[in-house]
Amino acid sequence: MQNRRVLMAALALSATAAFGAPAMAQQGKVTVVTSFSKDVTDPVKKAFEKANPGLTLEVQNRNTNAGVKFVEETRSNPQSDLFWASAPDAFEVLKNKKLLQTYQPKAKGIPEKVGAYPINDKDGAYFGFAASGYGIMWNERYLRANRIPEPKEWSDLTKAAYHNHVSIASPARSGTTHLTIETILQGEGWDKGWGTIKAMAGNFNQIAERSFGVPDAVNSGQVGIGIVIDFFAFSAQGAGFPVKFAYPSVTTVVPANVAIVAGAPNRAGAEAFIEFILSPAGQEVLLEPTIRRLPVNPEVYAKAPAGFPNPFKDANFKAMMTFDVDRSEARTAVVDTLFDQLISFHLNDLKAITKMLHEAEANLAKKDSAPARAALAEARKLIAAMPVTEDQASKDPEIVGAFRGGADAKTRRAEFEQRWAAFAKDNYAKAKTLAEQAVAQSR
Amino acid sequence: MPAARSLPALRMALATPGQWMTILGIAAFLGLYLVIPVAMVILVAFQDPNTGALTLVNFADFARNELFLRSFANSLYVSGMSVVWATIFALPLAYFTTRFEFRGAAIIQTLGVIPLIMPPFAGAIAMQLLFGTNGSINLLLDEWFAFKLPFMDGLNGVIFVQSVHYFPFILINLTASLRNIDRSMEEAAQNLGASGFRLFRKIVFPLAMPGYIAGASLVFIKVFDDLATPLLLNVKDMLAPQAYLRITSVGLNDPMGYVISVVLIVFSVFSLFIASQATRGRDYATVQRGGGGLSKRPLKALDTVMAYSVILLILALVLAPHIGLFLLSIATIWSFSPLPDGYTLAHYGRVLAESGQFIWNTLLYATLAGLIGIGIGTAISYIVLRTRVPGREWLDYVASAALAVPGVVLGIGYLRTYFGIPLPGGQPLTSFWIIIVIALAVRRLPYALRACMAAMQQISVSLEEAAENLGATKASTIRRIVMPLMTGGLLAGFVTSFATAAVELSATMMLVQNTADAPLAYGLYVFMQSPAGRGAGAALGIIAVLIVGISTYLSQSLAERDRRAKAGG
Repeated sequence: MQNRRVLMAALALSATAAFGAPAMAQQGKVTVVTSFSKDVTDPVKKAFEKANPGLTLEVQNRNTNAGVKFVEETRSNPQSDLFWASAPDAFEVLKNKKLLQTYQPKAKGIPEKVGAYPINDKDGAYFGFAASGYGIMWNERYLRANRIPEPKEWSDLTKAAYHNHVSIASPARSGTTHLTIETILQGEGWDKGWGTIKAMAGNFNQIAERSFGVPDAVNSGQVGIGIVIDFFAFSAQGAGFPVKFAYPSVTTVVPANVAIVAGAPNRAGAEAFIEFILSPAGQEVLLEPTIRRLPVNPEVYAKAPAGFPNPFKDANFKAMMTFDVDRSEARTAVVDTLFDQLISFHLNDLKAITKMLHEAEANLAKKDSAPARAALAEARKLIAAMPVTEDQASKDPEIVGAFRGGADAKTRRAEFEQRWAAFAKDNYAKAKTLAEQAVAQSR
Repeated sequence: MPAARSLPALRMALATPGQWMTILGIAAFLGLYLVIPVAMVILVAFQDPNTGALTLVNFADFARNELFLRSFANSLYVSGMSVVWATIFALPLAYFTTRFEFRGAAIIQTLGVIPLIMPPFAGAIAMQLLFGTNGSINLLLDEWFAFKLPFMDGLNGVIFVQSVHYFPFILINLTASLRNIDRSMEEAAQNLGASGFRLFRKIVFPLAMPGYIAGASLVFIKVFDDLATPLLLNVKDMLAPQAYLRITSVGLNDPMGYVISVVLIVFSVFSLFIASQATRGRDYATVQRGGGGLSKRPLKALDTVMAYSVILLILALVLAPHIGLFLLSIATIWSFSPLPDGYTLAHYGRVLAESGQFIWNTLLYATLAGLIGIGIGTAISYIVLRTRVPGREWLDYVASAALAVPGVVLGIGYLRTYFGIPLPGGQPLTSFWIIIVIALAVRRLPYALRACMAAMQQISVSLEEAAENLGATKASTIRRIVMPLMTGGLLAGFVTSFATAAVELSATMMLVQNTADAPLAYGLYVFMQSPAGRGAGAALGIIAVLIVGISTYLSQSLAERDRRAKAGG
């Protein structure tokens, strides 16, 4: 059946080519699988249907992972036309499994890159329609009530003032958080980057299970500070919540994407949607208060509200690092697993030790003590230590094999997880003893 | 006096042809919609992740993993403690409303069921807003007395939310049981001098045991298998969340998630087995009907005040999430303050304009799922308790195992098994809304089944024997004698499965392929993913609670009327 469909599509295409038929008024339903909330999809749907009378947009809301799995499980008889989400790596997964249809958008006025990141996939499998950067969001009332200064950099979040006030989503569960972690690792280097991440983690209040859990907790004031993607903060501001957002200097902007599903039942309608979202009219919808994403067409920024960031003009975007997708892709599962095994599942220990370290630090500021300082430094080193090097994470055949699977793999993934968990447990136990020493000696 | 089961005397074949047909039908249903789809998915647990060969090595990995073992222990602890607290909430409500002449018994019963109808996401968000570290209560405590109480921290938070959420299982089943106790038992005990707490402890509670066990085992398994609440409270070191995290983040082909699912399923079946052993070998059936239920007595003035205070206190606590949700649904902005900044009805306007279809779908799906549930539930109870087909308990165990199957696993299993089968017209079978109904029915069948079992255990088989001796066929005995006597239990089963199906999300999430077919819980999820949608999502949640609440109230009043009619006749 699939073959027949492909054949029909090919016939239809060649007919279009032969007669050079202009884009005719389309009919029917365009089905899109998306991780975007109703606040994003509703205004887009309205504008799209207005611009393309006869077409209706059918929105299926799923989180990114479930969406990928859905497209995968339904490949024998595709029911959706488009996949529309933030995380570029989800699109990489689909592309590698040959689940996306290549296409060449006709829309004009969209540059090659936003920040340092190419807007479209080099093979034409998916297309950026909006840009997003990673950073820190906070609740103003919460910070004022707890007398905490506004954070600006990742390293600020490692300070004592922020202990138990920070929240993040698990990178294994949230594509955007994964990119944030990867950005810090690429920007600061593997060892220093993990050091920063673990020092921040010692100040975490919680590790949320879904991306939106973090802005939700910050909006309602359950937690003061969240590590999030920018539009969570901008759309919360748009909805009236007392929150603010800052891009740290080590960050990046990456595009949110849209792609045509291979074997889409309404391919012409899918193309019409892509052309619409890349057109000036479609790009302007992104500025709605409930959406607030950075358009990829620079001209649209003329209509943006005051204070809205412009990645094509603002100086701090120019300085942002180049994000290496291939490097990220090669070690995705390893990085996420390391985060969970070293941080998520030991969070209480890590927090308790970090609290003691903050205490020792405060004591030392009043009265210096060399042995306490040495114990403190040694404890920090133990916490920051990693069970694998950067090279091992992406190149060691044993590790790569275990995480990719396949008949030639010698070790199971579960074995590495155990090893790393044991490593963390061991190091944190030693660090705890040292931290206790440091506190005692610095009194 | 309980009629001893005079079974051996009865000339009973293993089963009649009609019963065999029923057994085959049920087995086919369970096979097609539970066993096969789940097997398609959990097969992975028994395969070597690298080579695909069959192996048990993954289970060894499980046993060697400190995190999984800790999770297992935590899950057991939380489930056990939740049963304890759920019992503390449920006992007074059930006892007072059935035992005494009590104004507003139907309303109290209904309000007691409402916590079960906690729409996903909404419940935990509302609880955080009230009881969280920076929730209303703690903000006020901090302001007035400069300290905070960690209601919602770690495992205690999970126990708190779970026992508030699931105690109605005990309440519903215990109430149904209490209503079925023969009042002559109680009178006999009183004539012999028992009264007060002793009467309750020695006579009433033991006779109501089937209902209590049914409810308590549901609470235990449900808490053991629930993943949403721990995850929303950011507790990850429990078993069900670990399974979910593995499956959804590591990937469909990672064996550990399924290993954990297998452990969950096996353990749930095991605890049902333990529960069935607890009521085995005892007889709970009473012959006399019509005078059904404990005799209601008036309370003395002082006792009335005390009883009402206890009940009001419990209700205030268990309804707190709904109060929080209601506030959220009429709030403009609610951020780091004891109460919202301002109030508005705009959210309801938005939801009513956009979500009519969701509401209708929910009513349709949940009703169908509830009916399928009690239909199959009654049939299974009858086969298990009234026939001697060898291995009949397995129908019970298999159907109950559905409780332990994570919704995600069931959803993926359906997609894998049925996606390739096209409907006439070329669309896959899984895009037909009926598949959502079947998924809901299978997932909620255990609730209905437990209620039906408890109801049937309390009917003396001698009533059926009498009917048959008077010439009634098996079929008409079931229709004329068994079913009417079970009405209360059936209703309890229907209400639980209807109410919980109305707010189910995890399997639905995988199976919804068309917004026009989506139920309300899905709409709520969609709203709750954005800052501006929080109020609208809460409004939709309140609408869900109202719909299910009203349906429950209607069935409670029906049950009450039915009971009175029987008592009067």
